Amino acid sequence: MIKVTFIEHSGDVHEIETETGSSLMEVAMNNDVPGIDADCGGGCSCATCHVYVDSAWLDKLSPPDAMEESMLGLNTMREENSRLSCQIDTSDELNGLVVNLPEFQG
Amino acid sequence: MSTAVDNTSSGERDIHDPYAYELDEIDVSLDERFEKNTFEGFFERLRKEDPVHYCAESENGPYWSVTRFEDIMKVDTSHGIFSSEGGITIAEGQADFELPMFIAMDQPKHDEQRRVANPVVGPMNLKEMEPIIRTRVQTILDSLPVGETFNWVDKVSIELTTQMLATLFDFPFEDRAKLTRWSDVATAALGTGIIDTEEERQAELIECLTYFTELWNQRVNEPPRGDLISMLCHGKATKNMDPMEYLGNLVLLIVGGNDTTRNSLTGGVLALNENPAEYDKLRADTSVIPNMVSEIIRWQTPLAHMRRIALEDTILNGKHIKKGDKVVMWYVSGNRDESVIADAEKFIIDRAKARNHLSFGFGIHRCMGNKLAEMQINIAWEEIMKRFKNIEVVGEPVRIRSAFVKGYSELPVRLEAW
Ligand code: HEM
Ligand code: FES
Repeated sequence: MIKVTFIEHSGDVHEIETETGSSLMEVAMNNDVPGIDADCGGGCSCATCHVYVDSAWLDKLSPPDAMEESMLGLNTMREENSRLSCQIDTSDELNGLVVNLPEFQG
Repeated sequence: MSTAVDNTSSGERDIHDPYAYELDEIDVSLDERFEKNTFEGFFERLRKEDPVHYCAESENGPYWSVTRFEDIMKVDTSHGIFSSEGGITIAEGQADFELPMFIAMDQPKHDEQRRVANPVVGPMNLKEMEPIIRTRVQTILDSLPVGETFNWVDKVSIELTTQMLATLFDFPFEDRAKLTRWSDVATAALGTGIIDTEEERQAELIECLTYFTELWNQRVNEPPRGDLISMLCHGKATKNMDPMEYLGNLVLLIVGGNDTTRNSLTGGVLALNENPAEYDKLRADTSVIPNMVSEIIRWQTPLAHMRRIALEDTILNGKHIKKGDKVVMWYVSGNRDESVIADAEKFIIDRAKARNHLSFGFGIHRCMGNKLAEMQINIAWEEIMKRFKNIEVVGEPVRIRSAFVKGYSELPVRLEAW
């Protein structure tokens, strides 16, 4: 089990204990974290699972692949720490991960 | 059932019967089947027997049909292999009148132009537009004749989407009917009552360009604002657009935002009438509306297909697609694919995972206006349910004769107030 934290734009905090293995998007969906629609069900092709990753965790993630890069690139509200949460696999290494949810997905 | 016959190749047969054809003769792109609402059986057959299907001869030349959900996702997200450049419908554009627009461009130009237009339907703008759209919806609904038969398409669907577009462009409100006209002209098949020749189409679209050029010239000299024209004429990637490119992007927004939402607004009324138990569910609990909106958009599939051109030889679900081949993704079929969507043929307003449909496409071209569309349809249903106990469909719908824009020109209804 690891702990991950989603912080809504409103400031509401969701601390979640989860098994490793599923994507961060799935963790959010399974725990009813609002603000993640995941219209494509994890296919990296709708960009409705956008999160801002706390900078302390950024270098623990493998960099976005070309498809994720393309999808993120279309968003004018993309930041340095923007990622699509369906492309982040939860693992022991990410125990304690904190991500912020963007206002535009509210 | 229609008795139309096709005697071009193998004698008389019912063109609306999917089993009147050999598999390799099937051409799912006949506009007439969309008008008569007989297309579904053909896709059902292809999904089962030949999900990636080659049609060697059609009015639009040879083309592949991709009919299953997963294969459509694959094509839509492989934009390095399947190109949108030059056109996104099965029909060939006029070589001398190509309208460049980012829906029909590949990376990197697509991305640059989309980023400029994107904020117009971004969250800030949507928040500002919400109350305006709601007020306009209320005005339209309050003016409807309760207890009389009228055409829902004209009085509600068209009026509402046109007003929304006028808001998006900050277009002179009194001239807003022009937007509807240009949208119709841009997409109409020839000889269906809107235009008869390509020359007529071009002439009217040039008129559209002239009108919008004037708006551009006004706004380029004013400080930047949130409307689309202002964004384009001040945006770095778009301010030096040539006129045809400007026209292309306008037509993209006009058509993208118009027919699609219009036909969802009509489709919802029809779907609820065909499924009275769902209508009861809605009356009992209107909090289902956001979920219902996704289900309406899936059920309607306002754009039946998008097309791509293969940039290289590739294999899709076992079929060898050659460089240069035309590949058509039939969203209208993928949205009925039982292997991904349970009870896909049923309209279920509280369906689980209702957002997981193909109607907006996926990948870099995924509909830019989807949040705006959903917001409008949501508001419409919220306001409808406050006023009317029943919108009764009292006659047959008249469907558009098009394998691209899937929709209606008439839906006779009668309203009952609460
Ligand atoms: C229910 C309503 C709508 C439906 C079903 C719909 C459907 C679609 C589809 C299927 C695509 C192409 C996806 C692809 O090629 O993969 C698309 C693209 C697009 N739509 Fe929509 N649309 C709707 C409403 C709107 C609205 C309201 C607007 C704008 C005001 C809009 C603007 C656009 C634009 C600009 C594109 C091009 C995106 C790109 O190429 O990057 N659409 N839409
Ligand atoms: S769920 Fe669609 S991109 Fe992540």
